[in-house]
Amino acid sequence: MSKFRKDSKKDTPGISTASLPDIVFMLLFFFMVTTVMRETTIMVQQSLPQATEIQKLQKKSLVSYIYIGSPVERMQGTYGTKARIQLNDAFATVDDIPQYITAERTARDEKEVPFMTTSIKADQNTKMGIVTDVKQELRKANALKINYSTRKKVQ
Amino acid sequence: MARRAKGASEINAGSMADIAFLLLIFFLVTTTMDVDTGLARKLPPMPEEDIIQDDSQIKAKNIYVVLINSNNQLLVENEFIDITQLRAGAKAFINNNGRNPESSDNPQKAIISLQNDRGTSYETYILVQNELAAAYRELRDAKAMQRFGMMYANLNKTQQKEIRKEYPQKISEAEPKNIGN
Repeated sequence: MSKFRKDSKKDTPGISTASLPDIVFMLLFFFMVTTVMRETTIMVQQSLPQATEIQKLQKKSLVSYIYIGSPVERMQGTYGTKARIQLNDAFATVDDIPQYITAERTARDEKEVPFMTTSIKADQNTKMGIVTDVKQELRKANALKINYSTRKKVQ
Repeated sequence: MARRAKGASEINAGSMADIAFLLLIFFLVTTTMDVDTGLARKLPPMPEEDIIQDDSQIKAKNIYVVLINSNNQLLVENEFIDITQLRAGAKAFINNNGRNPESSDNPQKAIISLQNDRGTSYETYILVQNELAAAYRELRDAKAMQRFGMMYANLNKTQQKEIRKEYPQKISEAEPKNIGN
């Protein structure tokens, strides 16, 4: 019994923090690898519709995005509430789409052009009119692979 | 001087954790984990102007007409239905195989024609697209289960192609029209 009592009288040694940097570095590398920096500021409202039959978008480098929706609240003063199209960092009209597609194509390797996808990120409250216009422009520009961006439905 | 003679003293690594934490927090904040998901579709190429589209070769009974009006109501084969009935309706149509003389001949010939108004909400449009895709997915799954004993998604490429040939996903979208507000 005395054996135990002797032990408890001693000060508990502090936990060694020598391996703390290793653990932190491990986490750091994980986040560094998984992180994707956002390159555009989204200026339109984006509450995407939900669907169950979704597919993952492959090869993010080959995807060009078209955002559709009414401007976010802080921009409604200047731009109103009517649904608008956003390409890159600026509001655009349907007529700007062919130019945008050409620009996106020239930025890629020639071999990769047939695999390019256009992702339509439209707000669920937008009307189909503007989406149809965008689709018609894409057909004219011969960018036929599209993807309606949706969220996974939680059941 | 006496200390230096002993050799270069080690760099204090105690603050390494702090620096690493700082970077870690930066990446934690900037990281976005969401993968982009969505419904993949292929648009039909623009029709050439001098060629008149000839639809007469397709029998009317092989076309399943889905109309969505600006009030987000569905008119399927001239019947007003609810969106929850659409999946079952589409499945019955595709998999008819000539049983009902008014419906499709076989899944290869069956075409779903989707038409929407400019005033239709995008949410409804996606819901309809999703239901139609789900109908095809369920039929493909059933066929794959029957033939290979596996779900369609788990099959290899050639097996998937075989099933796809049997149930080709033919969703045609009409040239945009303004049906009315």
